[in-house]
Amino acid sequence: MKRFRPSQTFTDNQVTDERVFQDRRRLLKSLGFVGAGTLLSQSAHGVGWFDSEPEFEAKSLSFTPSDKFTTDEAKTPYTKVTSYNNFYEFGTGKDDPAERAKSFKTDPWTLRIDGLVKNPITLDYDAIMKQFAFEERIYRMRCVEAWSMVIPWVGFELNKLIQLASPLGSAKYVAFETLHDPKQMPGQRNPFIGGGIDYPYVEGLRLDEATHPLTLMATGVYGKTLPPQNGAPIRLVVPWKYGFKSIKSIVRITLTERQPPTTWNRLASNEYGFYANVNPKVAHPRWSQASERRITDGGVFNQQRIATRMFNGYEEVAPLYANMDLARYY
Amino acid sequence: MKRLLKKPLRLTPLQLRLFKTGLHAVFMGYLIFLGWAAVTDNLGADPVKALIHGTGTSALNILLFTLLISPIAKHLPFPSLMQCRRLAGIYVFVYALIHLSSYVSFELQFDWALVTSEIIERPYITVGFIALLDLFLLSITSPMWVRRRMKRTWQHLHNSIYLILLLVLIHFSWSRKTALQEPLIYWIIALLIMTPRIQYWIQHIKRRR
Repeated sequence: MKRFRPSQTFTDNQVTDERVFQDRRRLLKSLGFVGAGTLLSQSAHGVGWFDSEPEFEAKSLSFTPSDKFTTDEAKTPYTKVTSYNNFYEFGTGKDDPAERAKSFKTDPWTLRIDGLVKNPITLDYDAIMKQFAFEERIYRMRCVEAWSMVIPWVGFELNKLIQLASPLGSAKYVAFETLHDPKQMPGQRNPFIGGGIDYPYVEGLRLDEATHPLTLMATGVYGKTLPPQNGAPIRLVVPWKYGFKSIKSIVRITLTERQPPTTWNRLASNEYGFYANVNPKVAHPRWSQASERRITDGGVFNQQRIATRMFNGYEEVAPLYANMDLARYY
Repeated sequence: MKRLLKKPLRLTPLQLRLFKTGLHAVFMGYLIFLGWAAVTDNLGADPVKALIHGTGTSALNILLFTLLISPIAKHLPFPSLMQCRRLAGIYVFVYALIHLSSYVSFELQFDWALVTSEIIERPYITVGFIALLDLFLLSITSPMWVRRRMKRTWQHLHNSIYLILLLVLIHFSWSRKTALQEPLIYWIIALLIMTPRIQYWIQHIKRRR
């Protein structure tokens, strides 16, 4: 009789434990879960010591400093202006946009001005950057969340752009629209990142507000091109209104006869009005607007809480609202 | 539920003391880190908001941890863990207290008129404030001698931790500008942690009928 000879011999400790063997599928699954978890955590944080994602590079702009539109107030440092942003297209956290918008493409870009105009205009990136003489204006920026910054913007008056398009007599309002590109803007793909608001982000002004000399189209900050998180390549800055009116990364400006819908008003009309003028007397339903915390240098013991001023201190716009009840049209 | 360990995990008094020291080190250490970073402007662009949010979410995290203690102690089983529940619970109060104090001192700069009106007029702050008052009650009734003296009332009072959880979650969600944010994840985690208890309550009600 031939004796059976195993081709391989195992000792006990080489044999997989039965319990592990029986459980192998669950074990592999859980390993997969750990693996996926690691991947997720990387994409969620974006930044690592060995990160190879191309960082945004700010380019210098040529401009003349404005004598008229400036302030002696301490400026908010560049790092804070560019790391503390509300830009839900890149996440609802204040530091999300700076992390997630790094590879956002701003060139090529197309900005269209259309609607009730004689002369519709399409500007490409170079036209945006070269067609207008830039100036630097230092504006206060008051967020609806009761914090504020002092920011040196570079840009040109929106009025110049609107005049170029020559509005028709029937034009009463100006509607603005942010880029809609879910591939580049994770908040537009995933409502859990974008806070569940409707995209594209839209804003609007009355024509007389839009053509007011204070209303700025900004292409830069601190003398350089805007970083993506601040609304590159071109954004609106309306210093007497809450920050959310100053729409970012604009692709379209349309002159209309009727008041256009605006994103935050659509989401919660009892909290955010169409006008959204800075007004210490009209509280947000969930917090007071009577004062604000100025974001500058320093830790928690170096904070300044200051009284909020009507129209954010830009009293020259008061005639625009001469006969209006601003508690009703907030 | 199946037990994960064959033998219950019991700690010797020394091991328990070490374990508790470890918990203190984590909870206290993180608080010191937050405070230090906030004072030296190393907590992002707005250290005030970061400190308020950091202490607030930590308080909620520790609260969820305390609610996990009894199921873990029972099902692992790891009975010694029960001895750490009071410690964790008090840290929930400490973090919540620093959360409110940071808001009052650094955000509102001790403008007491504003503090009062914000607490009364803003429902999300009112809700958070009620939760903090309740946490305060639970903390001052936590010593053993108070517990003995209160007899059955103690358990009734301390069952309000579930109310606190609810209030804190509402406070968190309500403080945000939109609904689909981080707090939603906390609602889901809280619901998962509470599921066995909710099942038990439902059975309890059914049995009574």
